[in-house]
This record gives sequence, structure tokens and C-alpha cells, in this order.
Amino acid sequence: MHEIVLSARNLTKRFGGLAAVNNVSVDLWRDRIHVVIGPNGAGKSTLTNLLTGDLEPTSGTITLGGRDVTNWPPEKKSHQGLGRSYQKTNIFAPFTVWENVRLAAQSRDPQQPWNPWRWLQDASQSAGTLARAERAIELAGLEGRRHTIAGAASHGEQRQLEIAMTLATEPLVLLLDEPLAGMGVAEAERMVELLLKLKKDHAMMLVEHDLDAIFTLADHMTVMVNGQVIASDTPAAVRADAGVQAAYLGEEH
Amino acid sequence: MSSPKANLETLPRSVQFALALGLVALAAFPFVGSDFYLQMVTRMMILAIFAMSLDLLQGVSGLVSLGHAAYFGLAGYALAFLTPAGEPVNLWWTLPLAVLASALAALVIGIFVVRTHGIYFIMVTMAFAQMVFYLFFDNKVLGGSDGIYINFKPDATVLGWLPFDLENKQTFYFFTLACLLGVYAFLRRLLWSPLGRALAGIRVNEHRMRAMGFATFGYKLTAFTVAGALAGLAGYLWGAQTGYVNPELMGFHMSAHAIMMVILGGMGNFAGAIVGAFAFEFLLHEFKDLPTLGAFNLGKHWQLWMGLFIVIVVTFAPRGLLGLLSRLSARKENAAPRPTRAAAPATPVVPRKEGSHA
Amino acid sequence: MDLANFLIQLLNSVQYGLLLFMLAAGLTLIFGIMGVVNLAHGSFYMLGAYLAYALSSQFGSFTLAIVGGAVLSVLFGLALEWLLFRHFYHRDHLDQVLLTFGLIYIFEEVRSLLWGDDVHGVQIPDLLAGSIPLTETLSYPVYRLFMSGVCVVLAIGLYLLISKTRLGMKIRAGAFNRDMTEALGINIKLIHAIVFALGVALATVAGMIASPISSVYPNMGSQVLIMCFVVVVIGGIGSVRGALISALLVGLVDTFGKVLLPQVAGMLVYMLMAAVLLWKPEGLFKQ
Repeated sequence: MHEIVLSARNLTKRFGGLAAVNNVSVDLWRDRIHVVIGPNGAGKSTLTNLLTGDLEPTSGTITLGGRDVTNWPPEKKSHQGLGRSYQKTNIFAPFTVWENVRLAAQSRDPQQPWNPWRWLQDASQSAGTLARAERAIELAGLEGRRHTIAGAASHGEQRQLEIAMTLATEPLVLLLDEPLAGMGVAEAERMVELLLKLKKDHAMMLVEHDLDAIFTLADHMTVMVNGQVIASDTPAAVRADAGVQAAYLGEEH
Repeated sequence: MSSPKANLETLPRSVQFALALGLVALAAFPFVGSDFYLQMVTRMMILAIFAMSLDLLQGVSGLVSLGHAAYFGLAGYALAFLTPAGEPVNLWWTLPLAVLASALAALVIGIFVVRTHGIYFIMVTMAFAQMVFYLFFDNKVLGGSDGIYINFKPDATVLGWLPFDLENKQTFYFFTLACLLGVYAFLRRLLWSPLGRALAGIRVNEHRMRAMGFATFGYKLTAFTVAGALAGLAGYLWGAQTGYVNPELMGFHMSAHAIMMVILGGMGNFAGAIVGAFAFEFLLHEFKDLPTLGAFNLGKHWQLWMGLFIVIVVTFAPRGLLGLLSRLSARKENAAPRPTRAAAPATPVVPRKEGSHA
Repeated sequence: MDLANFLIQLLNSVQYGLLLFMLAAGLTLIFGIMGVVNLAHGSFYMLGAYLAYALSSQFGSFTLAIVGGAVLSVLFGLALEWLLFRHFYHRDHLDQVLLTFGLIYIFEEVRSLLWGDDVHGVQIPDLLAGSIPLTETLSYPVYRLFMSGVCVVLAIGLYLLISKTRLGMKIRAGAFNRDMTEALGINIKLIHAIVFALGVALATVAGMIASPISSVYPNMGSQVLIMCFVVVVIGGIGSVRGALISALLVGLVDTFGKVLLPQVAGMLVYMLMAAVLLWKPEGLFKQ
């Protein structure tokens, strides 16, 4: 069951002389949550952007579902099964919560913008899209908030919406950037429950700061400092690692 | 950017009612108006079609094109080239051909232009339109700066039978009205279609759309081409009605006027484009007709009044007339409007954020 | 084409390119730093030409007219920024397009009210009115060399200002990270006002020095505006260096195009722009 779904090898990204990500390798397995931690500026966001295709690597490879997707643009990777949620909420603020998720689900319909039939259909009637959107809304716990304008929803609801939109594209791989950011205790608990529920059918990578949640959720942990991986092991091993304690965890205590 | 990206996609009932009244008035007008006003209103309807085509691009998709008039003028020129000096040409094949010509031009230019964003997009659309302008302006063979006359309105004969005669001003008026309604219905349908929803998403957050798997280039290019085609329809009608085309029809001023019309009425719902076109043309007419006060010919300096008007509108009413009306009626109706669609809930009127133009 | 003719066309290209650069530099700075698109930039050029005409008639001296005009244009730029433009930095590009389009109308009418609609000429001062002989029959006007000279001096001045002075450093910092710059206590509003006024002044002075060659006529701003936009697109927004290289390129293509391929001359520059966009959608030297 623990097949490698996404594999990044020796990823490097240079900006001028600076290597924001330096020779980083990451594997994501189905039914496992891989958490990436590190201080600010460690290169975690850059790594995520390299994996999604928002940035092109200077060197290294990325394999997804057996295919080399190293230089693929984000939309192509999405159809190969990659889903991503954002640290800074990146929703469609003027639309309702429902429309946000429905639009995300619509991405799985055959695209064909040129097809005149797609100009005359009613977007709200596609059965496949509706089913996907319903599932995602349910999973994220947003049924009661469908008609809320996304921009007017509470912060916690917006974070839930972030996840719902990602789920609506039915990805195999979930790259979640600080899903717990800014959440209250109760909301965070619900989110952790959701993430554990999602684990079975997805290969998940989380970038997180919240140490308690990390140790609850993580099956595997990678620690990044200054663009490089200084440890990549089980949470217990990482916690015990002297180098990690000195560089990162030690400062947190 | 501070202006909210919410559009007035669903109008409040009172505004819808007012628009319906307007439609009735339009349909009844030929029976009460004089010939002169009939032609003026026909022209306004043609410009309304032009404005709606731009609304698809600007209001729905968020693509600000400063060169949309190129596709308007090209179709007019197509009719001019197809119409011989001594007799009319047939409506039923020249209209689609002219529209196709505009669509093709929009497609080709679109391939270059849609890859750019933001300010670049604005500038390159303007530049390519100017290229088309100079192509016609500099070449006598294409009519040059003098333009070309179209001596006969298109002939609507089909298989030997003449269903209607476009030389008759009233008939032309109703033909134009039919086109106006047809384009409106088509665009409203498109707005709620998968294409329309995707375009709205692209306007609000293109980056997220790509991350979700939408190949946004293809969607934008489609919008650009369809908008160009519809502008072509308007251009053909313009050429047919006025009987004259010149490079100014493709020029920068024409494009900017179209932008103004769309803004003035309120973007993103197509009714605003119609209202804006009528309002703008009416104003233009009034400004040019201003009397002379003492030694000062107010009408001659219409550009000053138009310029001031544009500056005032953009500073104080960036959501346009329908935006203003909707806010007024939203204050009257205290409850939020009910959703009007079954599965996809309506976006209730989103109040303009205060301070969006600090 | 023989050497003398080639030299003449080359000099013309450079002169036209440098003039375009003066306009494009201001435009690209204002875009790059404040994010404002200004369709009325061509109007400043037009106003400059009319100013040259009006002031040189008034003062009887072309030099005084230029100096006076430059000062007036800086004041005008500061006033315009303070009154209108600074309120539009955060607005949608669409609103900016409309605002500046409205301004084009207003400026045309103001010009019409102040100086009428006639075409005028501006006298070249005697000192610069001669020609340098190149061959027995061909010579090159001194004034055009003067124009190029002025543009080069201004270009060097701009370069020094931006890379070597503290003001230039602040300008670059403000473009890079506005909030941080403000947090450091730098008066970003003043920087913006200066940059804007600089842009206006460059365009106006360009119009002034070009006026003896191009004449002074209504609507002269629109054609140069388009060229300016093309230059900025090719060069890359915000890059003054890009604007220079791009302007010279456009000058070459346009000038030689008119001579060698007159039927398509008008379209050549746009074809160049299209080619650049295919290769680099954000211009050659995008920041």
C-alpha cells in the first residue's frame, strides 16, 4: 500500500547566486503523511512551488505517477493528480463557497474551451462536477456555508474552503501549505481529523509550523534549513537527532 | 489593485424590470420616432452590440483591450470590399464572412497578445490595433485615409424571396434590434456556461485556475476570438447602416469609447454594456450640440466636456450606472435577494467596497 | 545605398531612437515604479511642442524657451501627480486607462483654447541652423545632431541619477519593495512625485526639442504615444536600459524600413514587437 506516488530527486533552484532549494529529495507515499518543517526562509515554499510547477527547477527531477513531470506547467500537473492548497488563502473571494468548489470540480470535466457546446451548456448542471463538488464540500465540513460569499467567510472557514477546493479536483497527491495556519483550537482539531481521514486515499505532504499537530500527523518528517535537507526520517528519529535539535527544535523549546 | 473583482452578474429585480421597460420602449420607438432619431437609435444599438462584445473580454474575463475596435472596423471593411459599386450584395453570405474575417483576425492577433498580462496586454492590444489602422490608412488600395463608401445596404433575398428590405429604415432598425437581442441572449447563456464560469474564475484568480488544472491560455484566446467575432457583427451593421467605413473605425479613440461605454453602464452582465452605449452616445451627441455662450462655442469643445465627464465617472463611479442603481435599490430592499438558480446559487449583489478608490 | 546615404539614415535612426527613448524612459519609470499606465504621455510631448512655439515667440529665444518650458513642465508634472495621479496608483489598470484617456481629451482642448488649432513652425536658432557636409551633394543638419546630443546628455544624466545618487537608490528601493522602503522612513510619496515629474519633463522637453523638425500640430501626441508603448513593451517595463536599446532598435527598423521597404514600413515595427513577444512575453529586459 505504501507505493511512492511522487518522487523528487536532487531538486535545486537558484536565484542568481543564491540556492533557495539545494539538492533536496522528497518522496511521497500513499497512506502516509510527510511533513516538511524548517525555520522561515528554509526554502519550504520554494520546494512546494517547484513541485507544483509554479517554478522551474534549475536541476533535478520530479516523477509523478511514474511520469517525468519535472518541467510541466501547473495545469498539466493538476491533471496528472497533483493538488495543492495555499498558506495564504487563495480562494475566489467574490464567489460563494459553493461556486468556489464547483469551479474547482469543473476542472475535471473535459476542458475544450473551443467547443461551442461548452458555451451553451448550463455550468451548474454537469452531474460529474456536482458530485465531485458535493463530496468535497462534505469532507471539508462546509455544507452549511454554501451560500456564503467566500470573501465574507471566517478565517477558519476560508481555510476549510482551501482544502475543499483542492479536494474537488480529486488529486492523488496533496501538497498542503500550512493548513492549520491561524486556526483556533477547535478548528485545528477538526482539520487534523480531516487530514487523518484523507490519508488513506492520498499521498500527502504538509508544510507546517505547529509542532504539536506535526507530531500527531507525521508518518515521516523532513527538516530543511537554508535550502538543504538536514534530516529525513521518522518523527521519533528526527526529534532525537542532535543536529536537528541544535538547528531548529532546540530553539523552539 | 483595490477594486473588487465582483461583478454585477445578477441584477436586482427592480433593475431587471426597468430594463424590460427599456426593451419595450425600443420595440415601440420606430412607430413614434422621427427618421433622424430612428437612425440615431439604430446606431446606438449597433454600438451596444460592440460594447457587449467588449464586456465579454473586459467585464467577464478581466482582459482590458485597447484595440477592440480593430475587429469592429475590419468587418465593416469586409462589407465594403464585398459590395460592388453598382448593386447590393447578399446579406446571408456576406454577414457570416465578415464576422469570420474579424474572428480570424482576433484569433491571429490573440495568439500573440493573450500570452501577455496586465499592462503589457493593454499596450500590445493597442499596438496591434494601430498596426491594422495604419495598414488601411497608408494604403490607397485599401481605401486609405478617405475610406470606402458602401452604396447599397445588403440584400436579404434568399432563394428568390425577399423576406425583408434593409433599405427601409424601420426594417433595418428591427433587424438590428433582433441582432441585439440575439447577441444578448447568447452572451447571457455563455456567462453561465462552463466557459463563462471559467472566464470569471480567470478574472478573479488566474493563478489558482491554472493550479486547479485550467489551461487558461485557451480560455482567454477563445474569449478574445468570440469577442472579436461579435465586434465584427456590429461593424458589419455599422457599415451597412452608415454606408461608409474609414480607418477611424479601427482606431484608438473608437476602442477607448467602447471601454467607456462598458464601464459607464456597469461591467460583467451585458445589460450594462447596452445601457452604457446608449448613455455614452447620447452624451456625446448632447456635448457636440451645446450652444454658443457669448464668444465661447461650447459644442466645438465637446472633447473638454467628454474628457471631464470621463475623469469624474472613473473617479467617483467606477462601477457605472447599473452599479449605482443596484446599490440604491439594495438599500431599499432590506432583505438579501433570493437565489435565482437551482443548483448554482446566485451571487447576491455585492456592495462596492468603500475606499476602493482612495 | 551608398555610404553617405547610409550614414544619413543611420544618424536619423539614432536621432529618432534617442527621442523615443526620452519619452519611453519616463513612461517605463512611471509604469515600473508606480504601476500607472498613462495614455496621456503623448499629450505631454504635444504640449511641449506648443510650449516651444509659444515661449520662443514670447522670449524671442529658443534656448530660453527650452529652459522655461522644462521648469514649467516639472511644476505641471508635480501638480498633476498631486491632484490626480497619486490617487490612482492603487486603482485597476482599467480605471487608469480611462482616466488618462479623459485627460487626452482635456489636454487637447486646453491646447486648443490656449494656442488654437493651427499648425505652427518653430525656428531653429541660428547657431544650430547649419549643415555638416558629408559629400559634394549631401549634408547633415546640425540641429539633428544637437537633438541627439541633448538626448544623450539626458540619458547619461538619468543613468547617473538612478545608479549613482541616493535619490536614485531610493527610487530603486521604492520600486523593489514599497512597504519596506516606507518603513525605513523614506518618503515614498515624494519619490513618486519626483519620478512622475521627471517623466513628464522628459516627454515635454522631447516635444520641445523635436518641434523645429516635426512642426507643431494638433494630435501630434498620438502617433508618438504608440511608438512609445511599442518601445516599452519590447524593452521591458521598468527597465530604462531596455528602453534605450529598444528605442534605438525601433529607430533603426522604422527609419531603414521606410527607405528600403516603404509598402510595409508602417507595419515593420509591430512585426518586430510581435517577434519579441513570441520569444519573451515580458520584453527583453524585464526587471
